[in-house]
Amino acid sequence: MIEIQGLTKVYHVGDTDVHALRGVDLSVARGEFVAIIGPSGSGKSTLFHILGGLTPPTSGSVHLDGRDLLAMTDSERTHLRKTSVGFVFQKYNLLPTLTAADNIEIARHIAGRNNEPHDLQFKETLRMLGIADRLNHKPRALSGGEQQRVAIARAIVNHPALLLADEPTGNLDTENSNAVLSVLRDLNDRLKQTILMITHNPEAAAFAHRIIKMRDGRVERAV
Amino acid sequence: MIHRLVFENLKHRPVQTLLSAIGIGVSITMILTLVGVSRGTLGDIQERSRGTGADILIRPPNSAALSLSGNMKLGDKLVLKVREQPHVALATGILMQSAGDLFDNIDGINLAEFNQMSGGFRYLEGGPFQRPDDMIVDEDYARSKNLHVGSEVTSAGPRWHISGVVEPGKLARMFAQIDTMREKYSEPGEVSVIYVKVDDAANIPSVLENLRQIMPDHKIFTMQEYTDRVSVNSIPLLKNFTNVVIVLTVIWGLLVVFQTMYTAVLQRTREIGILKALGASPGYILGVLLREAVLLAVVGAIAGILMTFGTRALMHRFVPTLTQAIVPDWWWRALLIALTAAILGALYPGLKAARQDAIEALAYD
Repeated sequence: MIEIQGLTKVYHVGDTDVHALRGVDLSVARGEFVAIIGPSGSGKSTLFHILGGLTPPTSGSVHLDGRDLLAMTDSERTHLRKTSVGFVFQKYNLLPTLTAADNIEIARHIAGRNNEPHDLQFKETLRMLGIADRLNHKPRALSGGEQQRVAIARAIVNHPALLLADEPTGNLDTENSNAVLSVLRDLNDRLKQTILMITHNPEAAAFAHRIIKMRDGRVERAV
Repeated sequence: MIHRLVFENLKHRPVQTLLSAIGIGVSITMILTLVGVSRGTLGDIQERSRGTGADILIRPPNSAALSLSGNMKLGDKLVLKVREQPHVALATGILMQSAGDLFDNIDGINLAEFNQMSGGFRYLEGGPFQRPDDMIVDEDYARSKNLHVGSEVTSAGPRWHISGVVEPGKLARMFAQIDTMREKYSEPGEVSVIYVKVDDAANIPSVLENLRQIMPDHKIFTMQEYTDRVSVNSIPLLKNFTNVVIVLTVIWGLLVVFQTMYTAVLQRTREIGILKALGASPGYILGVLLREAVLLAVVGAIAGILMTFGTRALMHRFVPTLTQAIVPDWWWRALLIALTAAILGALYPGLKAARQDAIEALAYD
């Protein structure tokens, strides 16, 4: 599913080169739920951005679902985000002007699937997320936990090959954190959704099948 | 879906949206008011020309085909000559003097002849000339200057005494006796225009033909020909001024939309990042912002059109000598101008948004 070898990423900040990734090797199988932990500056967010097609790698080899991310153009990476990757962010990142339902619909619209009816599996997922009766509310009327569950629904509405979650419980209390992590675990168990989750929180990481620890731009070890 | 996003985005910041729409609307009102006043005032001149009751008018050789003042002069012997022509029922010479405003003249008339031709004034106050310095004004002019019988007014130099206020619609807004006018502005025996009434409308072509033969150098028109020439296109100053206002309106609208969309792009940096993360292409994001600008332009243009009814009411109340026409045939042009300004104004902010880096945008607070 994900095959990474010798991945590097160098950012140019003024005259300085910042080596965010210094040769990452990683494999993730389809249907796996993997947590990536590590201190700030360890490169986990950069890895997240590269796998999500938000920024190109500098060198190495990154294959997602058989496609080589290194060789992709900007528009190919845009297409990747549209069709193959779903994002869940710490700050939910819902569009404040749209209702929860429209926040989900806009992802389908961007993917060009807005005229297709929702499949049964997605309807079942909405029930599982427990937000069916909150869909007509705008984000400001939803709790943090509800907003994050809407963000998860939006991330998986187009059936992405990979769900990337960046500190999905970072803004939530313990109860809502557990609810969101349970949802992610459920998605993985029931739908075999491949999930890569970045977190600082060891308790959150424990929901994953496998924990990868990063330090100084490299994978340090599998926990 | 995209239309809902566009609509909700504009609804989300109502004050900004309202101010932008009004900003565009004001500039559209400027154009429509200018065109409306030009057309309304020229229409008024047409109506007042017809109100003379004349069928033919004669202007001096070398005078402009459409002149609103009377710099070139004719001799009044010519009036006598015209009267002698077959089928000419009446001919009267009128001396015009600009009153300082673009469209307003003081017209020196022989009251008895003018009454005979036009059917006579209908006095709302006072009556005909009694003193040499008497002036008759129409109701609109009297209202705009707050004049009544007995008022004194300085116009085009000398001081005039108001002897009567009449219903509008006959040739001019200010009338004085032609002899007094000649003393003040001209030479004895001079007139600016000769108005001719024919004994029967069927004879107008033959009288016209005859007059053109005996006065080949003079500008001679039927009243229909003359009023047809009274249009914005025949007054280069007005046409150019209208074009200048259109260009200024596009620039103004462009700046209004630019400011609005630029601010919107800055305020919504994170939202643009979200759309990018969802896979929205630069074209998709540009499309969202251009649609917002187009919607602003449409709302602004409609507001601008509605505001022209307000300016017409204000004009009627405070500047009654200027007539503002409502110009529906210009509404689509106004919309086009607003759309042009909006699209140009939204282009740079839209491209800036489309090119925004997704990671930086998502990190924006």
